[in-house]
This record gives sequence, structure tokens and C-alpha cells, in this order.
Amino acid sequence: MKKYIISSFLLFIPVILFSQTTFKGMIMDKNNPKDNLGVADVTVHWLNTNVSAITNNKGWFTIDYKLEYKKLVVNYLGYKTDTLTIKNLDPIHHYITPEGNLDEVVIKSKRNAVQKSFLSTANMFTVNAEELLKAACCNLAESFETNPSIDVSFSDALTGTKQIQMLGLTSPYLSITQENIPSVRGAAQVFGLTFTPGTWVESIQITKGAGSVVNGYESISGQINAELVKPFSDNKFFVNAYGSLDGRFELNTHFNQKVSDKWSTGVYIHGNYRGEKFDKNNDNFLDSPLSDQINVMNRWQYVDAEKGWVSFINVRFLNDEKQTGEIDFNPSLDKGTTNAWGSEIDTKRFETSAKLGYVFPELPFQSVSLQFAYSNHQQDSYFGQKIYDIEHESIFSNIIFNSIIGDTRNKFKTGLSFTHDNYQELVNITDYDRKETSAGAFFEYAFDNLNDFSLTAGLRIDTHNLLGTFVTPRIHARYVPWENSVFRASAGRGKRSANIFAENQQLFASSRVINIDDVGGNIYGLNPEVAWNYGVSYMQRFNLFNKKGDVTFDFYQTDFSNQVVVDWENPQEISFYNLDGKSIANSFQVEVNYNIAPYFNFRTAYKYFDISTDYTSGNLQKPIQPKNRFFANLSYETPVKENNAHWKFDVTFNNIGEQRLPSNVNSLGYSDPYQLLNSQITKVFSDKFEVYVGAENLTNVQQKNPILGSDNPFGSNFDSTIVYSPIFGRALYTGLRFKIK
Amino acid sequence: MKKLLFVFSLCLIGFSTQSQEVKKNKTAKVSIEVDGICGMCKKRIETAALKTKGVKFAIWSVETHQLNVILDERKTDVDAVQKSVLAVGHDVILDEENKIIATDEAYGSVHGCCKYRDEEIITDHNGELKKQKKE
Repeated sequence: MKKYIISSFLLFIPVILFSQTTFKGMIMDKNNPKDNLGVADVTVHWLNTNVSAITNNKGWFTIDYKLEYKKLVVNYLGYKTDTLTIKNLDPIHHYITPEGNLDEVVIKSKRNAVQKSFLSTANMFTVNAEELLKAACCNLAESFETNPSIDVSFSDALTGTKQIQMLGLTSPYLSITQENIPSVRGAAQVFGLTFTPGTWVESIQITKGAGSVVNGYESISGQINAELVKPFSDNKFFVNAYGSLDGRFELNTHFNQKVSDKWSTGVYIHGNYRGEKFDKNNDNFLDSPLSDQINVMNRWQYVDAEKGWVSFINVRFLNDEKQTGEIDFNPSLDKGTTNAWGSEIDTKRFETSAKLGYVFPELPFQSVSLQFAYSNHQQDSYFGQKIYDIEHESIFSNIIFNSIIGDTRNKFKTGLSFTHDNYQELVNITDYDRKETSAGAFFEYAFDNLNDFSLTAGLRIDTHNLLGTFVTPRIHARYVPWENSVFRASAGRGKRSANIFAENQQLFASSRVINIDDVGGNIYGLNPEVAWNYGVSYMQRFNLFNKKGDVTFDFYQTDFSNQVVVDWENPQEISFYNLDGKSIANSFQVEVNYNIAPYFNFRTAYKYFDISTDYTSGNLQKPIQPKNRFFANLSYETPVKENNAHWKFDVTFNNIGEQRLPSNVNSLGYSDPYQLLNSQITKVFSDKFEVYVGAENLTNVQQKNPILGSDNPFGSNFDSTIVYSPIFGRALYTGLRFKIK
Repeated sequence: MKKLLFVFSLCLIGFSTQSQEVKKNKTAKVSIEVDGICGMCKKRIETAALKTKGVKFAIWSVETHQLNVILDERKTDVDAVQKSVLAVGHDVILDEENKIIATDEAYGSVHGCCKYRDEEIITDHNGELKKQKKE
């Protein structure tokens, strides 16, 4: 009897297992992951069977299932055939990828690595990873060298940190975001860009002029948004190793793993190290600092296309150490003494952020997203006998609701934001602590007539404990007067509190006396900065000798109604005071892109900057800022072989015009113009492996005397802030990249 | 009292039946098949659909010829959308055999490369479509 019971039980088990005899899933296109409508007419069948099904117009399929079926084949014309291993009967969501063959490559090479948006209302362009590879190095600050809209310059003779500028204004006037969450700001202002490794960046969106009110009120001259690689789409494994003759080594590794149907995760590790001392110009000072950085990030990505949920969670830790100064400086013995001049800058940063997005499955035009970020930034540093410590704790949160008015020609975004910044700053023996808290509401309306006109108008109201309650209006318009041309205009207001020490850290590496003109304001005794930015641009695409090209003219003006003027004019001091009078930055740029031949692209630009400020000593041009610049970039790729092997060549030329020097550093008061040449050659062996060799500053341009008074660094003439050309000469580097998809 | 309750419940019934009758979906999803061949057709079809009063969202697929529309049933219906599409020169396919043909005048207004009734142009586009897919 017992036996029977057992055997009948055994009989039942298979029945239970077989009871669910169908398997469901959805097929989507990777190129368009937001399209939750799916791909219709995709064929799926079980491997080595005749059991098949076709997706409906929403991309869903239902296929008969038997226990022995383990592998599902997904087939669609023009796309790669995928074979999936099915472990359970949970519905699957699968993305298909376009097929790669020779045809594809031909088309790919025509696609530009920099895409100038034709449809966007703002003057925006996207730099993708392919363009970033042109200058192999190494972090976000160095990734703009092949791009004329952003200027890269050295900030000082000691730290060698590259500063970026847009429209002739330094990075504090830009809003730099990482996936639309403000990232390089506050205490991280000067070094922040060097804290994002280049290989982590998937693409960069650069917007000139007033930005969107959704991202806050701080931006004045433009916005730079970096999209990082996504665990879901990045290579399973990636490694990039780099080494240069100036003693710099870098290593980047990525590991990405699909955890479940909906969850993916990635671990990204970056390390860079420079341990060798160089003093090529014999001024007894290191030409570039000794440095050591460890940067680790873990990302989690959640996608549920069926229900409309998308989420990202990031956790990141950074430790960055720099030592600079005299060759013989030994921190353990000489710190705080006058034996030798030296400096150490140690930064520890922790950040975490989370994003949650929900697209209403029934209403694809309606969505809600929530952003939250927390960061703790701690910099301990000294410059000779000067001490500068800053700790900045920051909370950012933003909730955005997207929908339409009537139909999709009228869209709007509205939401609320809250930010909190807690600064604890120590300058020598003086504490400068402050807390900034703000809450704001915004509304942005976008109109598109689906033909030749679109407009975005935004308004936000914020109440801030130190800046008061204020309104930020911004407007962008786009008009297509005739075929292949776009005319754009923008205007907007920005307001911010200047972080005078963090933004001008190079001042500590000089004997200058710090002078703050206290007017009773809330931030270091100063009032906040307020500026209006106006801009127009015109782009025309053309076809010359049957080859495509485009030309863009743009003109922007930034008009400060209040500014914290940084005055370097007196060689013995640096003064910060509120603007009394006018401060205007004019920027004009003309840029031409032309595809000379297949695989052969040319980009050139001329830029003119006229930036003048009323200093106490009169109206002067901004110091260390060339009025004229010329830029050219040539890139060539050999045709791609079947195994994807090819060569890439890239050359960038810059002509930097004369620059006004503050105080009479040399008798003329102007620096000479000079030329810079960078180049890189990449050999791609296959989809998996490539090697690159490059040179920066090929013609070996060097500033003769970057550190004034270097023979007596504790004397009254010591100044390392007057730097207008490269300090380090020619730099050669090489590296390799290896990836497994 | 009983009477009152009875009348009251009658009223309620009346309300509920009435509300069922007038219940029109503010965001109804509608899918119709529209003939066309390229990205330019896509733009023309979507624009025409969207410009129909009461249509909130429109997307047309080059591959499947499906025009997916979200519309406010209180203000418009499928017929109105079909009319808009026909007016810009695109045929509406009802099923295998039945089609609503756009007028010759409307069809004449579409761009030369969008002449979807022309076999030659279709084959021409199919080549391109393949390339596009592979991109």
C-alpha cells in the first residue's frame, strides 16, 4: 500500500511540473531601451525543435514549453541570433542587438564621434566614448582636448591640475553633473574633474549657455553632463593599462555582471600612480606632483521594462594623495618647517547616489523620477607653512514629473528640489564654516511644432538661507529657417555662492597676502554672484564635393550683475571683492567639421574671447586668458578588416594667442603666442584587444620660469600662480585596452 | 422610510448605469495599420495623427506599419485619426483585403521617395531598411 502511495505521488510530481506548459517573454531593441513597446514579429524557437512563436506588436511572445527545452533561439532579420538558456518559467525580457558585418562597419565610420544635435532646443552636442578614446588619458579633465568648445589650461605650476573653461569662464561657472546629479562643485571644484576616470565615461553632453532649470540655479556659462558606463550595457570585463615617460601609470578595470533578469551590477576600479621625481627645468621644484589615487565604484542597475521601473544605485570611494614642492622635500621631516618648501594634498571622498524612474506603462509620455545624492569630501592640505583643510558634506535631492499638456507637442517638467551643504574650512588659523540649505520648485515648458520651431522656457523659485529667495528664468528657442540649418537663441540667469578658497587653491602656493574685502555679505563677508547669459548660434550643414560637413557660428555674452572679483594684479597680494562696475565675458566661435574622405575627418575652430572686469585698478582684460585661439583636429582610420582590425590616427593642433599677465611679470606684460601639438596612434587588433601610443606637446613647448622666486620659496617673491603655457615638456605614453563582451 | 431608501437606491442604480454609459477613456490606446515606407512617412503620419484634436501621443513603426495612438475618447475617435492620416496621403489598412485608400490628390502630395504604392520605390527602401537595421 505504502508503495502505491509513493508511486502515485511520484506520478503526480511530473504532472505538477508540466502543469505550466507555456513560457512567456518580451523582446526589445537595445538601441532603444526606453521603448517599452517591444519589437514585433521576432521569431523564437526552442533549440533543435520545431516549436516556435512570433512576438506580437508589443514584443510579447508565448511559446509551448516542455521540461527538456533548455535553450531558446531568438531570431530577427538584420539582428544577431541569440540563444538563451532558460532556467525557470519566469517571463524573460531580452534585448536583441543589430548584426555586425562589413556593411555595418561602413555605416559606423560615417557616424561622427561628436554629434551636434539638430533637434535639441539648446546648443548641445554629445561626445561619445569613441571621441574620448582619441586622447587616451585618463580622466574627465583631460577628455576635452580634441574638443574646441572647451578649453583646457594649467591652473598652477605645482599641482599640474588641468582646469577647463567654457565661453572664457572657469569651471565654477559651469554646472558639471554626473548623470544629471551635480558632481564637481563646492570643495571638489578644482580637482573634481580628475576624480572621474575616462574609461568610466560613456558619453558627455555639453550645453553652451544657460542650462535647464531642472538641474538647479547655479550654472551660468553652460553645462557638462557625463553619463557613466552602465552595468547593463558595458563590457563584461574591461582593462585599460597606461604608462607614460613622465612616470605616470594608470590601471582601470571594469567587471559587470547580470545578477538576475532585472538587476545588473558593475564594479569599477581605477588606480593611478606617479612615484618618480622630475625636474627638467632645474628650478629645484617638481615639474609634476607625486601622486597616488584609488577610486572604486559599485553600480547597480534595475530595469523592469514591463512595469516601467528603472533605477540606479551608486556607491563610490576615492582616496587621492599628492605631494609637490622642492625636490628634496621630505614630508615626514620637513612639513611645517622652512628646511624645504613642500605641499601635500590628501583627499578622501565618499559618495552615494540613487535614481528611481517610473514610466507609466499605459502613458509613455508620463514619468516620475527621483534623484538623491550624498557626498562627503575631505581635503587636508598644506602649502609650505600655509594650512588649508576643507570638509564638505552635501545632500542633493530632486523629484521631477514629466507629462504633456493636450498632446506631445506641449511637454512639461515640474518638480521640487532640496539641497544642503555643510562646509568646514580652515585657512591657516581661521575657521570659515558655513551651512547652505535651499529648497526650490521648478516648472519647464517645452513646445515643439514638429516642424521648424521649438522652445523651452523654464522658471524656478528657490529659497536659500544665505542667498535669499530668488527667481531663475531660462529660455531656449530653436528655428529652422531653411533646410539643414538651425538657428538657436538662449537667455538665462544664474546665481551662486563663490567658494573663494576652494576655487583658487593655487593662491596658497605663493607668498601673496590674502585680502577679503568684507562688505557684510553672508559668504566670507561677500555677496553672491549673479549673472545673465545670452547667446545665439547658427549651424549649417553642407555637402561639398559630395562630402558632408557642417559649420557653426556662435556668440555668447555673460554679463555679471554681481561677481566675486579675484584680483591678482598686485604681485604681493590676492584680493577678493564684490564687483563695482562692469564685468562682461564675450565669446565668439566658428567651427567647421568636414569629412574629407571616407574615414578621414577634419575639425577646425577659431575662438575669440573678450573678457573684461572692472578691478579696483581699472577695467582690465582677464589675466592669463588668450584672446585668440585656433584649433584643428585631423583623424584618420584605415578600413576595417574582417576581424575588426584597423589603425586609427589622430592629431590635434592648438594655437594659443598672447595672454595678458597680471602685474609686470615680464616687461611687456603679455606672454608670447605658442603652438601645441598632440597626437595618438591606435592599433586595433580585434574586438577584444587594442594598443595605443601617443604624445602630448610634441614640439616640446615649455614655460621658462613658471615659479617666480623659486630660489627662495619662503621669501616675499615666491609665486607659482603665473602659468600660461605647459611646464612639463613633451610627454610620451602608451597603453592597451582589453575587453570581453 | 422604506420607501425613501428604495427611491434612494433607485437613484444610485440610475447613477451607476449612467456613469457606465458616459465612461469614455481619457487615455485610450488605439492601434491602426497605416501604409508608408520611410522615416519621412513616419514623421508625416505621426504629425497628422498628433494634430488631430484629442490625440495625445502617436508613434508609427516603419517595420510593422502600426500606428499606435493614445487619444481622449471624449474628444475624438479612431475615425478622426484615420481621416487625418488619409488627408496627408497615407492609406489605412483594415485587414488583408480591405483598405481605405487616400485620395489621388492627397497621395500626390507626398514626397517622391515616399510613394509607397510604387513597387520600385518599396524595393529601393527595403535595401535601405536592411542597412538601417544593421546600423
